[in-house]
Amino acid sequence: MIAFLKKYEGLWLFVHSPAAMIAALLAALILLGAVFAPWIALVDPYDLASFSLFDGLLPPAWEDGSNPKYLLGTDDQGRDMISSILYGARLSLVIGLSALTIAAVLGVGLGLAAGYYGGRFDAIVMRIADVQLALPAILTALLIDGIARGILPTAIQQDLRVAVLTLAIALSLWVNFARTARASTFVQMNKEYVQAAIMMGQHPLRVMFVHILPNILGPLLVIMTVDLASAILLEATLSFLGIGLPADSPSLGTLIRIGMQFLLSGEWWILWIPTVFLVVLVVSINILGDFLRDVFNPRLR
Amino acid sequence: MSAILDVNDLQTSYGSVNVLAGVSFSVQPGETYAMVGESGSGKTTVIRAIAGLAPAQAGSVKFDGQEIRGLSERAMRPLRKDIAMMFQDPIGSLSPRVTVRNLITEPYRIQGMKEKDIDAEAKRLLALVNLPSHFADRYPYQLSGGQARRVGVARALALEPKLILADEPTAGLDVSVQGELLNLLNDLRDRLGLSMVIITHNLNVVRHIADRMGILYLGRLVEEGSTEAIFDEPRHPYTHCLLSANPEPDPDAQLERIALKGEPPSLLMRPSGCEFRERCPVASDICLQTPKWEVNNDHGLRCLTPR
Repeated sequence: MIAFLKKYEGLWLFVHSPAAMIAALLAALILLGAVFAPWIALVDPYDLASFSLFDGLLPPAWEDGSNPKYLLGTDDQGRDMISSILYGARLSLVIGLSALTIAAVLGVGLGLAAGYYGGRFDAIVMRIADVQLALPAILTALLIDGIARGILPTAIQQDLRVAVLTLAIALSLWVNFARTARASTFVQMNKEYVQAAIMMGQHPLRVMFVHILPNILGPLLVIMTVDLASAILLEATLSFLGIGLPADSPSLGTLIRIGMQFLLSGEWWILWIPTVFLVVLVVSINILGDFLRDVFNPRLR
Repeated sequence: MSAILDVNDLQTSYGSVNVLAGVSFSVQPGETYAMVGESGSGKTTVIRAIAGLAPAQAGSVKFDGQEIRGLSERAMRPLRKDIAMMFQDPIGSLSPRVTVRNLITEPYRIQGMKEKDIDAEAKRLLALVNLPSHFADRYPYQLSGGQARRVGVARALALEPKLILADEPTAGLDVSVQGELLNLLNDLRDRLGLSMVIITHNLNVVRHIADRMGILYLGRLVEEGSTEAIFDEPRHPYTHCLLSANPEPDPDAQLERIALKGEPPSLLMRPSGCEFRERCPVASDICLQTPKWEVNNDHGLRCLTPR
C-alpha cells in the first residue's frame, strides 16, 4: 500500500495533508448533494405545491419553536433550507462548471496558439486579455447582461438567464487560462522535443495539442480549481446584486440576497446558512487548488 | 557527383548579433561531415539554420539541388522525410508523455503513411538500433541517456532519410555507450547510404566517424578538409590549438599543448583583421589584414600565417 502511494507522489502527499483531505471530503459531499438534490431534498423549491406557507419561517432544529422535519429551518415561503441550498448549489455548480469549461477551452486555445506562433498574433491576443483584465468581472457581466436585454426578445430573456450569466462569467475568467497557457507554452517551445516535432513536419495543431498541452496541464489544473471557486463566487455576487438569477430559480447568491431581508428581523438562518455553505464550498475548492499547486510545483514544498 | 547538401554563405543574426557570418560547405551522398568548434562558435546554429529551426537571413541552402532556405513550413513538409535531425539532449528531445512506440512511428503518421503496420514498424526500428522490442511501451523518463539516444536514432531513421543532422550525438553518454553509438551510426551509414552532418566538440568522435570536417570560429569556417588531412597536418593555428588540447590515450605521447589565450571575442564586437588574431600564438602584423578563404588541394583555409 505504502509502495503504491509512493509511486503516485501526489496521492502520497494527499494522505499526508489533513487540510486537503478535509477540503476534498467537503467538496465531494457538496457535489454529491448537488447532483442528487432531486432525490434527497425534502421539497422541490421550484414546485410551489411541495411546500406550504404554514411552515414558513421555522428556525433550525436546535432553536425553540422548530419543526424537526426541517433540520435547518425554512424561509418565509415555507421552503426547507436544506432543500433550497442543495438546489441552489446545483445551479451554482452548473453555472460555475460550464463557465469554467468555456473559459478553459477559449483561454487555453488562445494561449497555446499565442505561445506557439508568438509575434503579432501573440501581441493581439495578449492586448485583448489586458483590456479584459482592466474591466472588473462585474462590469463585464453587466455589459453582457445589458446587451442580452437589448438584442434578445423579451419572451426568451428569462429562459436565457443562465446562459447569459454563464457567458459573462466565462468571459471574465478566460484571461487567467490564456496567460498561464501562453507562458507555459513559451517555456515548452524552447524544449527540444517540440523542435523535434516541428522538424518532423507535424501540423501545428498536433504539436500544440498532442505534445505541448499534456506538459502544461499541471499549472492549468491549478488555475481550473481556483477559478471554479471564483466562478461560483462571481455567480453568487451577480445573483446577490440582482443581475444574476431571479428569485424563482434560486442559486446560492439568490438565496443570500433573499436572506438579507430577514437579517434584522430575527430570522438569521435564512441569510447565514446559505452564506456559511457558500464559504465552506469556496474555501474547500481553494484549499484543493493550493494543494494541487504544491504538488505540481515542488519548489514550494 | 552532385552534393546532397550544399550550403553557401549562410548567415544568421539575432538582432545585431551576427552568429553565422557566412558559412559554406557541402556534403556528398554517403559522406559524413563533422563541424567542430568551441562553445559559442555557432555549430548548433548551422544545423538549426539548415533545418529551418533558426532564421537564416542570407545565403543559400541547397538540398538535393533544391533551395530550402526560407521555405515556409508548409513547403518544407514534403522534404522533412528526407532530412532528419538528432537533438543534443537525448531525453529532452523525446515528447515526455508519449510512448516510445508512438515516438518512433510518429514520422509515418505525419507523412500520411497510414497503411504501415505501426507495431511491426516499431519492432523493426527498435531492432535496428539494438533495443529490445518491449521498450515500445516505455515512456522517455523510463529510459537511460544511451537508450533515449537510440530511440532518437530510430526516430531519425524511420523514414529512411537521405540526410541526418546530428547535434552532439554523443553528449551526455559515457564512453562505452559513445563507442557503441558511433559504431551503430557508421554501420547504418554503410548499410543505408546516409549522409550525415555531425556537430561536436569531441575530436575523437570526429576521427572515428567523419570523412570531412570543418572548423568553425565565431560563425566562420577557418579550416576545412578531409579528416585525415586535418588531423595529420592542421594548418590553421586555431585548429592546431584544438587538436593539441585533445587528450591522447597514450601516456607516453609527447604532447605539445598550446593553451589558447583569453575568451572567444564578443560577437557584438568582432575584432578587425583576422578574428583569431588576439588569441593566436603566431599572430604578426600581417594579421591586421582580413584573411581570405583559400582552397588548396581540397583543403580550405582562412589564415595569413598558416603553419
